[in-house]
Amino acid sequence: MTPVPPERHLLRAKDLADARYHEPLDVEALARAAFVSPAHFSRQFRRAFGETPHQYLLTRRLERAAELLRNTDRSVTEVCLTVGLRSVGSFTTSFKQLYGVTPTAYRAAHPPTQRARVPTCVRQAYARPLSSFEKTRVEPRANVVTVIAIE
Amino acid sequence: MLKQLTHVQVWVNDQDEALAFYTDKLGMELREDVTLPELGNFRWLSVGIPGQDVSITLMAIPGPPVFDDETREHIRQLLARGASGGLFFAADDARAAFQELKQRGVEFTQEPTEQPYGVDAGFRDPAGNHFRLVQQTAEVPSL
Repeated sequence: MTPVPPERHLLRAKDLADARYHEPLDVEALARAAFVSPAHFSRQFRRAFGETPHQYLLTRRLERAAELLRNTDRSVTEVCLTVGLRSVGSFTTSFKQLYGVTPTAYRAAHPPTQRARVPTCVRQAYARPLSSFEKTRVEPRANVVTVIAIE
Repeated sequence: MLKQLTHVQVWVNDQDEALAFYTDKLGMELREDVTLPELGNFRWLSVGIPGQDVSITLMAIPGPPVFDDETREHIRQLLARGASGGLFFAADDARAAFQELKQRGVEFTQEPTEQPYGVDAGFRDPAGNHFRLVQQTAEVPSL
């Protein structure tokens, strides 16, 4: 049997963040999904995917929040809680750092997207704001990493 | 001109493991399994959905002379990181298919979820390839 590269296990942590971002997930839970000790997990994840699990989970949540801001009329607080973040203040701060505007301003500037037949998994993958590596779509400012303590 | 798509290729980490997964778990049929000694025991292995002619070729990642060791390792790494592309499957009832496949031990990345185009779920094969399971709505949303 050909051995599986260890990254295959780390991929399970990434999948978990994509699937359960709306739950009170933390980095420890992601580490468990990857069968990696928490002590080594963040470093290994970063080596495999280019950013820390904390950054990945946060940007996934912000991407989902942006989608809800565009396509629903839920309040900013509701959006924040819906994507698994607990502090509206931290949410607003980190959203502004990644998207350059507050959630309210973002909503005003972005009318609902048209319903093209693009699968949602594709949408999610391409719309996630970048935190640690090269920026292409949004202009993240420095020090994004420490903004939110994920529950 | 081009007439038909016959095979799509999927890299796999281990062909025996992949064959068991695609047939026993996903319910596909074995189409071709040929090992060629003159090609360094290259194994042409393909499966398909009963009733559909397109085959999926489960391809082991070759070393020299096809790829040097470094390239082979890169592909292995990409596969394990989920960066190998994917396939889209349709189902009449995505929720029922999800239940059945989950019971058989398929690793789902997303449970069936309502989307504008239908009910959409995601899963992976043992190697890390990403697949979607979609029950499309009859009505196509306008672009």
